[in-house]
Amino acid sequence: MRPLTDEETKALFEKVSKYIGENIKLLVDRPDGVYCFRLHKDRVYYLSEKLLKLSTNISRDKLISVGTCFGKFTKTMKFRLHVTALDYLAPYAKYKVWVKPGAEQSFLYGNHVLKSGLGRITENTSQYQGVVVYSMADVPLGFGVAAKSTQDCRKLDPMAIVVFHQADIGEYLRSEDTLT
Amino acid sequence: MAACSIEDVLAKVEKDEAEILKNITVHKELELEFDIGNLAAFDKNPADVGLFRKHKKEEFLRSLARDNTQLLINEMWKLPTERVQEAVVAKLPEPHTRLPREKPLPKPRPPTKWEEFAKLKGIPKKKKTNLVWDDVHKEWRRRWGYKRAKDDTKDWLIEVPESADPNEDQFARRLKAKNERVAKNELNRLKNIARGQKVSVQVPPKDQSKAELGKAMQLARISTASVGKFQDKLPKEKPTRTVGKKRSFQPLIGDFNMEKQRQLDLLKVMENKKPRMNVTRAVNRQMREEDAEAARHKKEGRRGGKGGKKKGRGGGGKGRGGPKSKKHHGK
Repeated sequence: MRPLTDEETKALFEKVSKYIGENIKLLVDRPDGVYCFRLHKDRVYYLSEKLLKLSTNISRDKLISVGTCFGKFTKTMKFRLHVTALDYLAPYAKYKVWVKPGAEQSFLYGNHVLKSGLGRITENTSQYQGVVVYSMADVPLGFGVAAKSTQDCRKLDPMAIVVFHQADIGEYLRSEDTLT
Repeated sequence: MAACSIEDVLAKVEKDEAEILKNITVHKELELEFDIGNLAAFDKNPADVGLFRKHKKEEFLRSLARDNTQLLINEMWKLPTERVQEAVVAKLPEPHTRLPREKPLPKPRPPTKWEEFAKLKGIPKKKKTNLVWDDVHKEWRRRWGYKRAKDDTKDWLIEVPESADPNEDQFARRLKAKNERVAKNELNRLKNIARGQKVSVQVPPKDQSKAELGKAMQLARISTASVGKFQDKLPKEKPTRTVGKKRSFQPLIGDFNMEKQRQLDLLKVMENKKPRMNVTRAVNRQMREEDAEAARHKKEGRRGGKGGKKKGRGGGGKGRGGPKSKKHHGK
């Protein structure tokens, strides 16, 4: 486990800020204690200082996970968000998409959100903006990328893709053995 | 005696001539076809199989070859001859039998890099005239080479450009540029040849500095199977310092405040780099406002029209106007 280098931090922040914008400051600078990002086996974990100090008792090869995994760095040093980061993205999300109850299951199986399943969408969402997907009961289901801006969504036909799937809570079951 | 002898002699001469004539005349049923240019004759007469079997084969073939060669030589003697230094020579006509070539066709030269590029881009070859008009000398001159038009090596004076160093020798500069162009062209030419033969060329290294040489030496030294462990050393060689930067990370549990501050600074930098106005978003916003405006106008217009209708039909029967307006509303 080690702190992130400047390039890694930048890659992480750039990816996360696509979903929560400048709210990322609230993750770095928290009033309730010191929290930090740590890299372990190419994965980025977000954890409190207290937990970090406790985790130093565990040797590197035995440590599987600590704190909350935000995602991982690919071999080409790009950052991939994992669904485990949803707990921190959802409260600060700037752009949201609500899906209809009928389309919830399809999304949780890893499919894109179609226009027919779109319940609501935040105004002035631009194209390719990172969005957090909610059910109509305001339960965060995952996140994705807006395929069309809000403006274009109005004129779309029902089978057109509105949100590209990136991660959903169904992965807790589907990718049980790889998520940490 | 003498007469007799003369007759005898004549007879003998006649006989000799006949013999010679007989030797040089060959009778064939079909005339041979000759290609004197190739010194070839084609005998289309069928070979006499009976004779071939009866005679010794070798002898038959030899006599056949001799006869045909005789015919060929007879044909050659029909050509106009001349005497060159005690030798009789004749000029052979152009051969008319087409012979297959001895060697395979030469392969076309592989295209150069420029030719490949030009083909890709569809650039046609342009033929330039050899001669161009030289305004200074008032005559046509070669485009390049000796006594060329617009020869800048013959300038007796060069204007120093404003941006150039005034103490620089412009003549030397021009010469150097020219030499560099020549060298580059030569290198490209060699590269093209090498590409044709599929050999990689190594660009000759430039003048290496001491540091570069040192680095090269160090690399060469550790490029052995034992990573240079058993490499011999020079008598007074200094131990090599390890080159290459080592990665260094911040401590796992260090100054948390500083870490936080660094991350906040990074965020600030990232924010500054973002453009203030997102064009697509601004356009979308404008479009949305226009849509809303249009919708409002429509609404107002409809309401106004409805009012007008009511006004217009105020005089009419109430029963007839009522359901119509209701229907309209429903739409």
